[in-house]
Formats: sequence, structure tokens, C-alpha cells
Amino acid sequence: MSDSMAIESKGVSPLLQRTKGEKVFNVFNIVFFILFAFICTYPFYYLIINSISDNTLSAAGKITILPKGIHWSNYVEVFKLEGLGTAAMVSLGRTVIGAALTVLASAFLGFLFTQEGMWHRKLWYRFIIVTMYFNAGLIPMFITMKNLGLTNNFWVYILPAIVQPFNIILVKTYIESIPKSLQEAAEVDGAGTLTVFFKIVLPMCTPILATVAIFSAVGQWNSFQDTLIYMTDSKLYSLQYLLYQYINQASSLASAVKASAGGALNMAALATQQTPTSIRMTVAVIVVLPILFIYPLFQRYFVKGMMLGAVKG
Amino acid sequence: MQVNHQDANVVLDRAVGSPASEATLSHSARASAPKRKRRFPGKVESSKRHGFNLWLLIVPLLIFVVLFSYLPLFGWVYAFFDYQPPIPLSKSKFVGLQWFEMMIQNPAQLRAVWQVLINTFGISGLGILTSMFPLFFAIALNEIRSRWFKNVVQTLTTLPNFISWVLVYAVAFAMFSSSGMVNETLMDLHLITDPIKFLDSDSHTWLKMMAWGLWKGLGWGSIMYLAGIAGIDPELYEAAEVDGANRFQQIIHVTIPQLMPTYFVLLLLSVSNFLNNGMDQYFVFQNAFNLKHIQVLDLYVYNVGMGQNSLSLATAISMLKSLVSVVLLFLVNWASKRTRGESII
Repeated sequence: MSDSMAIESKGVSPLLQRTKGEKVFNVFNIVFFILFAFICTYPFYYLIINSISDNTLSAAGKITILPKGIHWSNYVEVFKLEGLGTAAMVSLGRTVIGAALTVLASAFLGFLFTQEGMWHRKLWYRFIIVTMYFNAGLIPMFITMKNLGLTNNFWVYILPAIVQPFNIILVKTYIESIPKSLQEAAEVDGAGTLTVFFKIVLPMCTPILATVAIFSAVGQWNSFQDTLIYMTDSKLYSLQYLLYQYINQASSLASAVKASAGGALNMAALATQQTPTSIRMTVAVIVVLPILFIYPLFQRYFVKGMMLGAVKG
Repeated sequence: MQVNHQDANVVLDRAVGSPASEATLSHSARASAPKRKRRFPGKVESSKRHGFNLWLLIVPLLIFVVLFSYLPLFGWVYAFFDYQPPIPLSKSKFVGLQWFEMMIQNPAQLRAVWQVLINTFGISGLGILTSMFPLFFAIALNEIRSRWFKNVVQTLTTLPNFISWVLVYAVAFAMFSSSGMVNETLMDLHLITDPIKFLDSDSHTWLKMMAWGLWKGLGWGSIMYLAGIAGIDPELYEAAEVDGANRFQQIIHVTIPQLMPTYFVLLLLSVSNFLNNGMDQYFVFQNAFNLKHIQVLDLYVYNVGMGQNSLSLATAISMLKSLVSVVLLFLVNWASKRTRGESII
């Protein structure tokens, strides 16, 4: 009797049912999540308000809640810094080209490995998949790239990332869940393998390919280690690497600041004059902004992306 | 994989159901019909050739795999030479196991490697100790009734996962450097007189690294479990409720047991990655002050190889690391097969 009442009343007013302990827990719970969400987002807000505030105040760490003395000149000035425009192009280029080629290769291999007639299909499939589980290591990789002529070469950002075993598994599994009859019907009508791939399989795989595209684009944009290891030519630096240099190498920043200081030393000019802090924060915002913009778009791919991450480690 | 199936069905319904896609399908088929003869299953010869042609299509991509995954393995031979670029390998001296012996016999080298191993074990160990956190995070978030609140929290806490470690360091620098926002605020409030050295000191380095890892990864890590909770059969909760279980008892007797398989797989994967901390995080946070406790194996290999230019020694170390990692992976997989009857690789 009381059981059935409890179940029925659940729909009416859940709050009435909560015991005291549950209420206390609930309050703690909500406070914790508000606090943690704040900690996760405030730093981004902090960077943004500081990049548009009075530079003397932001250098002293006085801008914490609202921007003061708003001006946009930091964004204009920062692109006059040597190398920043090039780095932005490098980062953008590797993101677009890298993601596009990874998607195409994953789709192509994922599809062809579902074609049972292929010569030693299982063997070649394993040949690729097993590469997920070993890694030659940083130095042998560096020496190999050097021997291949890929150090100080833009393509080192792209080529090693094209064939990603886990993406192939993901696409292959997806294609296998599509009934074969569709492809067979097309083949009866005389379509070749490539026609089937481009006209039928590719359009049908859009959801899984979108996942692959977004996660490889974010990976390319965020990648830092490859510039560090393979590049000495500053024309090929990525934005991430440049940001790291601005934070860590006071000397490179100081010369940048000096170059941008045009002489005038009155107070009004000082507020918009570049400081090491203003440059760091502005570049950081430029690096994070694309992520913030596409973030709402790719939330729906999280769970699949999670599976990508779980295996890649 | 459940998700995939659902999506696939949706796509399929659309493709089969809509007249538009049928039109494109038959159109494309008709367009290419005259160019290509139909294969007959009875003709063994032609199907063999067809299989070989299919293989030819993937050859260019197989070459990439060979170049970037298999060829670098031959770089391990550098561990047995005294390789000092730009002198080529053919003119380098073969030294056998000298670098491996050096790691054990040279006291200074042994001490350095030992400290690096302790750091790796410490930081990975903390990672495994905190591996329960995303699980708790998901369960606690699921207890909140407001769907709107849940979505906002999930969105905001997942964000840090998608920024690079360099940017995390930029954030850390803006907030915690000597002239950063936290120190300035504390000094303005007269709580401290001298800035606290958060970044350039060696106190609690492991814990700080763990904290940054949690900041970046906790929200993201909980997504898998939130999806898992959403997939639990509501009948289980109803049955528990009929038996008189309150919310806490439902968590302990339904939610947690249902999530355990997922947790176990992720735990095993993190055990198999015990030696692979990656180097990005530790590289950006390293400085002269905290170097002693921040150098994990991956960072040490970089510092020895690229920093001190001892390519051969670094190769020897990373070779050992790779071999141990593969062994760990197989051990973990074997354990998984024994206990769960399922393999994880």
C-alpha cells in the first residue's frame, strides 16, 4: 500500500519525498558543481577581459571581474608581431588539411576493409590496427623523420596523422551496421567499388565522419609537441608553440614589446601600449577562441569521441 | 557501439525512405553502368583480380603506415651505437649494450633514472587513485533533478579538456605566477606579504600536476559514466524502490554495480599506460625549480635526447619503456580475459 503510494507521489512532487539527509546532500551537491563549473570557466573569462582592458591595469593583475578601459588595439598590435600571422596560417592550414585527409583516409580504409574479396584482407587490417599498441618512441621517430626529409617541413604535421587505426575501426564498425543490400543493389546496376564508396558509403557515414573530423581538427589545432621536436625554422611554428615561447622566453617578448613601442610615453598611450602580459593574454585568447566557437557544435559527438580517447590514451 | 547502431538506423531510414537519395543512387549507378562490366560470382579468375585491385587501392595508405609506424622501429638500433649526429650511423661505433649497462652501473645515471621512475610511478599512481573521481562526479551530477542545470554543468566542466596543455600553462601563468591574479588579490587583501610561488617551486609537484590533470579531465572523464547511467534499465531502480531502497541505497546497489564494467575497462587501460604519462603537460610546467619531481619517463627521454643531445642513450631508455609497456598491455589483457572473460584490446 505505502509502496504504491510512494511510486505514485513521485511524479507529483519529488521534493516532498526527500529525507533530511538527501536535502543536505543535494545542497552540497549543487554548491560543488557551481564551484567546479566556475573554476573550469573563469580562467577563460579572465583571459578575455584582460586582453581588452587597460594594459597598465591588466599587467598589475587588477582586472578580475569586469573589464576596465576597454580597447581593441591589443588584437591589432599582436598581429604586427613577427611570426604571429605566419603561425596562425600554419595552425589553420594543418587543422583544415590534416582533418580533411584523416577523414578521407579513415572512410576509405574503413570501407575497403569491409570488402570481403580483398586480397588478404584480414592480414592487412591487422597490419594497421596493431600499430595502435606499440610506439617506436620519440627519438627513433625524430631520426626517421629527419631521414625522410620531413623535419622543417610542413607535411610532418599532416602525413603521420593520416592513418589512424582507431578511426578506421570506428568507421568500419559503422559501415558493417549498414545492410549490404544497398551496395549489392548498386553493384547490380554496374557501379564500381569507387562509385559505391563516393556515392553511397560516404554520404551515409556522415555522423561518424563528423566525429572523426572534429576530434582530429581539435587535435591538430592543439598539437604542440611536433613543432617542438621537428621544427627549427620559425616560419613553420604553430600558434601553440609561439604562445609557449611568449610565456617562457622573456627575451623574445621583450624585443617584441620594444618593436611595438612607438615612442610616445604619456598616460593615454601607456594604457594601450603592449606589455608582456597583454601580449601573452591576447595570443592565448586567439589560440582558444576557435575552440570556444566550435565547442557548442561538437558537444553531440562527445560519447563517440570518448571512445576515441579511451583507446588513444 | 550502441550509439552507432542507432545512428546507423536513422541514416538508413533516411536513405532508404527518401525519394531524393534513391534518385541519386540509381542515377549514379546508371551513369557508370556502361563503363564497367558486371562481375559474375562464378568467375573465380576475375574475382581474384578484383580482390587484388581492391588491395592496390589501399597500398598508398599502407605505405604511410610502414613509413610512420614500422620504419621508426628500426631506429631502435641507435640504442646499440654511439650515434652523434651529423656523423651517419654507418660511421658510428657499435657499442653493444653499453648504454643499458651505463643505466645500471653509472651511479649518477642510475640515481637520475631511479628518480624519474619514482616520479612516473608517483604521478601514474595518483592518476589511478583518482580514477574513481569521474565516476563519483557522474553519479553526483545525475542526482540533480534539473536537466537544465545538469547540461550547463556538463558543458562548462568539459571545456578544459579541449584546450592544449600550452594553453593550460598560459592560464596557470596568468592566475598563479608571482604577479598573477591570485597573488595580487591575496596581497591586496593583506593575507600575504610576499607572493606565493605556485609555479616556480618544488613543493607538492605531483599533487599540483594531479590537480591540473583533474581540472582538465574530470568533466570529460565523467561523460562515459553519464552515458552509462542513462543506459541503465529503469526497471532496476523501480525494483529497488519497491524493495524500499532510498536514493543512497539505489546508488550503492544499482548505479555503481552497473557502472563497474566500464570503470574496470578504463582502469585496466590506465594500468597498461602506467609508463606513458605523455610529455606535453610536464614539459610546459617544468622549470629549474621543479625539475627533480616533474621529470617523468617521457619528459626524461626528451630532455636527454633533444636537450642533452644523447640520442643513443635516450633511444635505449625509450626502447625499454616501449617493451615494458607492451608487456603491461598483454598482462592487463590477460587479467581481463581471466576475470571478465573479455579482452580489452
